[in-house]
Amino acid sequence: MAELGDLARIRSKNAGPFWLTIDLFCEPGSYARVAAIPTAAFAARLGSAGVKRFDLPDLQVVKLSLPRPEVQGSLRDRDMHGAGFAHLLTGMVVE
Amino acid sequence: MTPVRILVPAGALGLGWDADALEAGLARGPDLIAIDGGSTDSGPSYLGRGVSKYARAQIAGEWGTLIDAAHRAGCPLVIGTAGTCGAGAAVDWMLEITRDHLARAGRQAKIALLYSDQDAAGLAAAWDRVTPLPGAPEVGPEMLADCTNIVALAGAEQVQAALATGADIVICGRATDTAILAALPLARGCHAGAAWHGAKVGECGALCCTHPDTGVIELLFDATGFTVTPMAEASRATPRTVAAHLLYENADPVVLHEPGGRLDTSAATYGPQGRAVRVEGSEWIPGPYTVKLEAARMAGHGVMSLVLIRDPRYVAGIDAWCASLEARARARIAARMPGQGYDLELRRIGRDATLGAAEPGRAVPDEIGVMAQIVADTPEAAREVAKLVNPLLLHHPLTPEEPMPTFAFPFSPPECDLGPQYAFVLHHVLALDDPMAAFRLEVVDG
Repeated sequence: MAELGDLARIRSKNAGPFWLTIDLFCEPGSYARVAAIPTAAFAARLGSAGVKRFDLPDLQVVKLSLPRPEVQGSLRDRDMHGAGFAHLLTGMVVE
Repeated sequence: MTPVRILVPAGALGLGWDADALEAGLARGPDLIAIDGGSTDSGPSYLGRGVSKYARAQIAGEWGTLIDAAHRAGCPLVIGTAGTCGAGAAVDWMLEITRDHLARAGRQAKIALLYSDQDAAGLAAAWDRVTPLPGAPEVGPEMLADCTNIVALAGAEQVQAALATGADIVICGRATDTAILAALPLARGCHAGAAWHGAKVGECGALCCTHPDTGVIELLFDATGFTVTPMAEASRATPRTVAAHLLYENADPVVLHEPGGRLDTSAATYGPQGRAVRVEGSEWIPGPYTVKLEAARMAGHGVMSLVLIRDPRYVAGIDAWCASLEARARARIAARMPGQGYDLELRRIGRDATLGAAEPGRAVPDEIGVMAQIVADTPEAAREVAKLVNPLLLHHPLTPEEPMPTFAFPFSPPECDLGPQYAFVLHHVLALDDPMAAFRLEVVDG
């Protein structure tokens, strides 16, 4: 058991005003464990059914993209650059 | 074909670069100096108002240095998405800065201006040629008239038209980040996949290398691929830093859509060459000619107040406190300003201000800031609503029977105007028969 934040450096950012993208840069030796996490588990944690996933073994990266829960800069948006969404994943428990 | 050498001073004008690295790049004889001037990343306000995010003094200083650099190198200078948003007012602002610098330097130059602005009525009439992209909001053509600025993102073709005027300086309105870098190599017959892939790698300057704050890189395009070389001595491009840049601010790291087609990088190879990296194997797949649209409209006027809660009992009960405060505030607003439309939200700074209800953390801090954010249709109404909320932020008790508390305000007056608030409207593409049909090119002397 470990927390995802210990297995990967996690960065989130806008991909335009309507999408977010979250890059999980795996620590050495951790890629297989991170890549084994089902997309549904990420989606549940991110509260979105529309998660697109890219497994990039050459870069030891798993990338997730999802429609923004609030359009960037709209009245209820809390995170203009999308930087905080990474923290939804850091505490995720990984087998 | 002759290889094309493009010097990229930084990821964006306004961020600065290493001066020695820029000189090293100039010494290699670039065919073009190109820099990005904007992004949507800082929010809809800049497009909504048609203004730049960065200080004029910073932009004027950096742009003047680049005008002189291109003059010494004897090559054109291009900026994409001028003035953060690329609206016409921002293009004109860059033109003014350019003319000021040329006048001070005692030189003249030929300046091409590529305007990306769209006429709301014209676009509404052409709405059958507009298609929403995945994740787009529900938008009808009737909403366009409310937008303060609508722009289309120019691709390589429009930048090529601007360069073909023979201009010394090209100031582009809204353009894709890659277009200003891909235009010349494509015009000169370089490998199309390499031109777009190299442009994507280089659009943020040295962000695709180690020591990203040095800024300056060179992209060399030819018939089979491209080579990216950082110009600062300390900086290195590695296959990993270069390949990883496809992830940055990009929903899909393999397939990238551009006006007139898409780039597929799945077969790309990354070969180290000293401090540089050679990339080959990307494919450009032509498709229907579409340009992406962006628009912003005013969503109201904002006012915010911030109160600091330090009492441990109130910190522990912050959810209940905020809920009862908001209910009382809404009742009071309904009674005193009947029929007034407004948005009120309490955000708990230090608790869950970033993620809201999705916050997984449970730690109880020593203090919590409660930010009341109000948006209404006029500045006066927003301020009036905020003033109705103020007595509650100052004295609202956790339970009705306890002595009246007082909380900490960090400034007076407690209401801060946030000014006009804007919203992004479009996530759509417009089909064009002629790439220049949605753009306007003007050539002026400066």
